[in-house]
Amino acid sequence: MDFAFTDEQVELKRQARAWLSERYPLERDWDGVQDYRWAELAELGWLGVSVAEEDGGVGLGFVEEVILLEELGYALYPGPYLATVGFALAALGPADRAAVAAGRVKWSAEVNGLTPWLGSVDKVVDMDGSAQDARGEELPTVDPSRPVGRLERTNGTPLPGGRDIPRARTAMAAEAVGIAQRVLELGIEHATTRKQFGKPIGVYQAVSHQLANTYADVELARSLVYWAAWCVAENDEQAPVAAAAAKAFAAEAAVAACERSIQVHGGTGFTWEHPLHRFYKRALWLEGLGSRPSELRGEVADAVLGVTVQV
Amino acid sequence: MDLRDTPEEAAFRAELRTWLDTNLPEKRRGGRGGAERFGEAFGREWSRLLYEGGYAGLTWPKEYGGAGAPYSFQAIFYEEMARAQAPAHVGVIGLGMAGPTIMAHGTEEQKQAHLAKILSAEEIWCQGFSEPDAGSDLAAARTRAERRGDVYVVNGQKVWSSFAHIADFCIIVTQSDPDAPRYQNLTYLIVDMHAPGVEVRPLRQITGEAEFNEIFFNDVEVPVSNRLGDEGQGWQVAMTTLLHERGTLGFALTAALEASVDKLIGVARERVNGDQGTRERIATEWIELQALRYTNYRALGTLQRTGIPGPEGSAIKLRWSEQNQRLTKLGRELLGPEGILDDGWWHHQQLRSRGNTIEAGTSEVLRNIVAERVLGLPKSR
Ligand SMILES: Cc1cc2nc3c(=O)[nH]c(=O)nc-3n(C[C@H](O)[C@H](O)[C@H](O)COP(=O)(O)OP(=O)(O)OC[C@H]3O[C@@H](n4cnc5c(N)ncnc54)[C@H](O)[C@@H]3O)c2cc1C
Repeated sequence: MDFAFTDEQVELKRQARAWLSERYPLERDWDGVQDYRWAELAELGWLGVSVAEEDGGVGLGFVEEVILLEELGYALYPGPYLATVGFALAALGPADRAAVAAGRVKWSAEVNGLTPWLGSVDKVVDMDGSAQDARGEELPTVDPSRPVGRLERTNGTPLPGGRDIPRARTAMAAEAVGIAQRVLELGIEHATTRKQFGKPIGVYQAVSHQLANTYADVELARSLVYWAAWCVAENDEQAPVAAAAAKAFAAEAAVAACERSIQVHGGTGFTWEHPLHRFYKRALWLEGLGSRPSELRGEVADAVLGVTVQV
Repeated sequence: MDLRDTPEEAAFRAELRTWLDTNLPEKRRGGRGGAERFGEAFGREWSRLLYEGGYAGLTWPKEYGGAGAPYSFQAIFYEEMARAQAPAHVGVIGLGMAGPTIMAHGTEEQKQAHLAKILSAEEIWCQGFSEPDAGSDLAAARTRAERRGDVYVVNGQKVWSSFAHIADFCIIVTQSDPDAPRYQNLTYLIVDMHAPGVEVRPLRQITGEAEFNEIFFNDVEVPVSNRLGDEGQGWQVAMTTLLHERGTLGFALTAALEASVDKLIGVARERVNGDQGTRERIATEWIELQALRYTNYRALGTLQRTGIPGPEGSAIKLRWSEQNQRLTKLGRELLGPEGILDDGWWHHQQLRSRGNTIEAGTSEVLRNIVAERVLGLPKSR
């Protein structure tokens, strides 16, 4: 029983943090077009983390992908990594996986009838687990960097892997943890530097205890996410319930973390100028896409109580 | 990262299961904890059995009666104890606080004198930190220890001391030098509860039981050889105790919670059908339990790798206590009108859970600790 990252995993996390913070700093042209740096991701091996080495990948697993997803959330990375690696990859056969690893083809998947990044990916895994060309109307969402679309379906091409919902949910939960961690850090920084009544506002418990609550939420969410990641990676029978638990908890934790951080920032936190609202919107997007927390808890209840409710 | 047992862990788990099946009678399972478990000889007998089986003090060094096993064995132990609904070892304070403090700061003589006896339940310990005017503010302790030759003469009062009424020894924080600055004026002592001048008065709790007590010290002579750490170093020694109180008990707390969640699910299976709201509340508790469980595992992973518990652990007691309050409330609620009948399990648990956010550091104090020591925010005091 060893629930700690290996030295290699710790190093991967460190590298991802460094690489992303340099290219996706908090001061960036948020409202302009953001470069996905897709070819660079391929070069780094991030697109082929769990793709077999003979298909041009790195031959690692989902736990490593979750490490990256958490960091991508932390950096508010704009591109469809979540869609390609988190949602679609598991459905693909070797040739398609090789094309993903090489950065040649971006994928997304239909999630409850909506396809994230429809306008910027090449292919889509549809609700039946078949491949479709990415065509259809795109709609703006609460998170302007993450549009979704309604896929125009044709007769898709069957894919070998099928849809892996626990994997997709865990991937979203991992991003949510990264977001919660980042807004916690922003809150701590502000509470340490901003002074009112002659003191840093962090001395006031009404402020510091909110951040302590976020800290506890983030750590618990992170534990659930790593547990779910391990279950998915190992095909453990608990993967579905672990992933439902992780997504419900982490998405709500991220939303609450953003709300508390906005409050701690005062008026600044309410401005378009400050990046907090970008994190908040992404957290809301993650919470809303796919099954909502209450639906996920319903699934968990079914699993632990062993009864399905007839509504 | 691997959540499966190693072959050694699996063997230990299997052995422990068999041992529990053989040694723990069916009617002793599922007790409600609290003061009740001291009402009869079984508690001490059971603790002695655990010791003889090699299960008390798993991570303690062999030379002091422990098993010298890795921390993961301790985690497995708590998991299996919870699964079997086995009563805990009676020496909660000795195992969780006094023992580790003696190990960290004690002389060889003190270690030889007490550690094995704590494990075998020959010695029951209590903790005398809190005083009427020093609760959250432990450094304000005023119980006086005056050095006279090779004894300290102790006078004063402690309060809320759990198990003091059955204890043989007590760890106390005393004021040894009223003129010294705060944090340098305290001395940490081991007091023999059977010494002349020690008087214990049980305090009845909201459960109706008397699990905690007042302790009065009237010219109690404590040999200087019973001091832990140096004179004036009591604060540092007390921090070790609190680290253990709040830290390594995570697995024990979560194991107890797991037993309650299982019970809750049992009640719910019988009584809840289509009530979506209640089903969701149960799911919430199950999810939070897993979150605490895997947070323990992460803290354990850090501990095994670095020798220091990870900061994750500081959130565990805080969230555990709040969850236990929600959970026991839900359990009682699910019973419907039966839930208010006196002396039911849930009824008792719900009342007892109100102490969880007060004992071992109030939730407010724990949030201060997270804010200041983990997040690095400026001190509120
Ligand atoms: C069941 C139970 C068992 C116990 N067992 C033991 C034992 O074995 N040995 C022992 O020594 N003690 C024991 N205690 C005592 C316990 O440690 C104290 O009750 C606790 O530390 C709080 O101290 P107090 O009761 O004096 O409350 P106070 O410290 O007076 O606190 C009252 C309220 O003020 C809040 N508060 C105080 N200071 C601050 C601050 N700086 N910031 C924000 N809020 C603050 C507290 O959170 C609390 O809500 C036990 C308590 C209980 C309930």
